[in-house]
Amino acid sequence: MFLIPAPVVRFFHRMASPPHFYAFTERLMPWLVVIFVLLTAAGLYGGLYLAPADYQQGDSYRIIYIHVPSAWMSLFIYIVMAVAGAIGLIWRIKLAEIVAISSAPIGASFTFIALVTGSLWGKPMWGTWWVWDARLTSELILLFLYLGVIGLYGAIDDKRTASKAVAILALVGVVNIPVIHYSVEWWNTLHQGPTVTKMDKPSIHVSMLIPLLLMALSFKFYYVIALLQRSRTELLLRERNAQWVKTMISEAK
Amino acid sequence: MNNLQEFFAMGGYAFYVWTSYGLTLIVLLANIIMPVLQRKQFLRSLALKQKR
Repeated sequence: MFLIPAPVVRFFHRMASPPHFYAFTERLMPWLVVIFVLLTAAGLYGGLYLAPADYQQGDSYRIIYIHVPSAWMSLFIYIVMAVAGAIGLIWRIKLAEIVAISSAPIGASFTFIALVTGSLWGKPMWGTWWVWDARLTSELILLFLYLGVIGLYGAIDDKRTASKAVAILALVGVVNIPVIHYSVEWWNTLHQGPTVTKMDKPSIHVSMLIPLLLMALSFKFYYVIALLQRSRTELLLRERNAQWVKTMISEAK
Repeated sequence: MNNLQEFFAMGGYAFYVWTSYGLTLIVLLANIIMPVLQRKQFLRSLALKQKR
């Protein structure tokens, strides 16, 4: 802990306490929503209206502004879920378990969006809705991993045991993440290579890149909002018999 | 007006582009609305139990 400033440590200690987390996230929510709405409005305006049509793909490429950020989120959320699951597994922190399981449906949603928008983009560009190439197949496996996590959690009644099982499944599935990321380089795929994260220079014009990055940031904020909403509900369900929940309800009357 | 029509036509790709955006909107909205409704319902049932 010697590298982390004391106020940061104190912040995380307090956030791990359920009543504090519940109250703090309620106050935080309006700010998150305002930032999210501004980012999304700017990103959509830039992407759908200001940016020119692609010289090869015409206007169909505009699907990129949701397809690519969704695909990024599907990987990012999986890593958050696995790390939170590991923290819950090692230190038995209840809130880490809740963050892990609350991430699963959001990650599954982004994976679903990435697959479907990819399909809707592939049809006019490749002439087919689906091919069993490495990128598409590994992303589909990611969706099944998310669904596996959700199903496993629901199948075990004791939620602390369920969280342990889910964390192990999530950690094993991490092996799929680099496979998805490098699939377009390791194998010959129909899916195009990376346009943004190339090491030398992104092969995308600034007028297209800026809205794409705005949408990526907007989806990050969306994830935080959706994660907090799910976590608050899950926390309440788990802590229904705790004194702070009873006090909160009697004070609300 | 012509400009607006052109915008919605998406250079002939309207179906693919707007289906993508519409579906994304529905999925993302559902992910917020569902947990919020569930929490409100649960809080109401807890309050009712406490009254008794």
